[in-house]
Amino acid sequence: MSVQDFEIERPVNWPSNGISEVPFRLYTDPDQYRVEQERIFKGPTWNYLCLAAEVPEPGDWVATTLGEVAVIVARGPDGAVNAFVNRCAHRGNLLCLTRKGHAKEITCIYHGWSYDLEGKLTGVAFEKGVKRQGGMPPEFHKDDHHLQRLLVAEESGLVFGSLDEDVPDLATYLGPVVIGGLRRVLNRPYHVIGRSTQILPNNWKLYFENVKDTYHASILHSFLTTFRINRLSMPGSINIDESGGNHFSQAKLDYAAEDADYKAAALRADTDMRLEDNSVIESVDEYGDQVSVQILTVFPNMVLQQVRNTIAVRVIRPRGVERTELDWVHLGFADDDSAMVERRLRQGNLIGAAGYISMEDGCVGGFVQRALQYNDEGSGVVMMGGHDAESQNFRASEAAIRGFWKKYRALTGT
Amino acid sequence: MDDATLRHGIGELIAAYADCIDDDRLEEWPDFFVDDCHYLITDRESHRAGLRHGIIYCASRGMLVDRVTTLRRVLMFEAHRYRHIVGPTRIERVAGDVVEARSNFLAVRIMHDGASDLFATGRYLDRIDVSRTPYRFKERLVVLDSQKIDTLLVIPL
Repeated sequence: MSVQDFEIERPVNWPSNGISEVPFRLYTDPDQYRVEQERIFKGPTWNYLCLAAEVPEPGDWVATTLGEVAVIVARGPDGAVNAFVNRCAHRGNLLCLTRKGHAKEITCIYHGWSYDLEGKLTGVAFEKGVKRQGGMPPEFHKDDHHLQRLLVAEESGLVFGSLDEDVPDLATYLGPVVIGGLRRVLNRPYHVIGRSTQILPNNWKLYFENVKDTYHASILHSFLTTFRINRLSMPGSINIDESGGNHFSQAKLDYAAEDADYKAAALRADTDMRLEDNSVIESVDEYGDQVSVQILTVFPNMVLQQVRNTIAVRVIRPRGVERTELDWVHLGFADDDSAMVERRLRQGNLIGAAGYISMEDGCVGGFVQRALQYNDEGSGVVMMGGHDAESQNFRASEAAIRGFWKKYRALTGT
Repeated sequence: MDDATLRHGIGELIAAYADCIDDDRLEEWPDFFVDDCHYLITDRESHRAGLRHGIIYCASRGMLVDRVTTLRRVLMFEAHRYRHIVGPTRIERVAGDVVEARSNFLAVRIMHDGASDLFATGRYLDRIDVSRTPYRFKERLVVLDSQKIDTLLVIPL
């Protein structure tokens, strides 16, 4: 079935043509999930696949996914990064069975068909038969049976792929504002310092909205307000690309004032709640611009975060209507000295599945999902800060969430 | 110190630690560590690669206290508890007052409504200060078998 003639049997009804009211059934409907796989993930979007640093040498490959589709990313002998579906052209068997590896060619374990690192079929076991019996008929040509290739493009060492030839080029897709946000954080050579996967008991969109939601941060994550870390009154902004799908939000911090404040608080006996060990938040202004938090999203599956001195890529992987896997890829930089290495490890307590300012995001989507169980009529409201998806220089707003729905509605035609 | 005394003291420490967590006496949890301690929850693959990044990374007793304070008074999550099953402990090395030991564990998560799941399996890699009793951890590495964590991790393992 092609993308074009994919029919929606029971379309979700939006209350208006707008983006500030969102039908609850979008989070529960299996047909809608199928539409999303076809029109969003396999549609004209750039999906984050992996870091270029994960396939540094020719022959290196990693297995990843585009939506639910199994994909292989491999660096070919010419040094170029290629991506193709992880599905043998013969009988559809999964080709790569581990997360990463190194090889000259990729061979299917089922019948021994082999492919080069560009996905071209190079070998068919017993193609000419055995003792002149059997074998492929003369009209079979290996050139007709290459692996389905993805378009591949890189930005700031991030590898993106698309299954749709009509996708705009990556720079146009990201937009200059969001490219600026990516390059600000990934401005020098980096490497993976840790990795984990958080299983979220909810629809993927609930997590994507959560990341774009600047309204909830200082309310749900009371660690921030209890320890006076991030308040909506701090100078900040929401920056949204033209399509609405990509964005970054920023908050600035007076690092020196905070440090003085904490030293003073440690001396005050009347302070009710304080940290025994402040090193979990002691941070340095490593970019020299006072931005202490930058949360950036690339539609439909990637987050780049700078929370103080923690830098991480989060990958949102839909795994059914009510399940999402969230990969955390924590980064360090080649120029980190030993103090910075230790600082990133200690501040790592802020983020991830056990993070002081992120663990609630792991459960709150599941609470929404449970509340919608057979109770998904009606719509949610995302009107904070207006009805549009324009950039704003304040953060008490749901503008970036509306941007998500702007892009979503344009792609799904719903 | 004779071997039986050492083994008994270490066995007590490791069993009491699990009871403390499972009995929800978390305020006592930091007392199982020396002041200058390390407590790290990582996974098999990261550990093998020599990475120190953890889901939880505490480099002082104060950071452990903060974990408990925030759990009790700040963080939002659904009530649950664990049941730890800790396997026999093997002493791998004795160097002066520090003993290195290894124990396998399994932790079941019991939600407030009674739903029970296998939450984590792995091994404890411990460095234990045996210079005085009761013994305390200098370092406890919790090396999980899987990189996948269901929903969130707030109670220590």
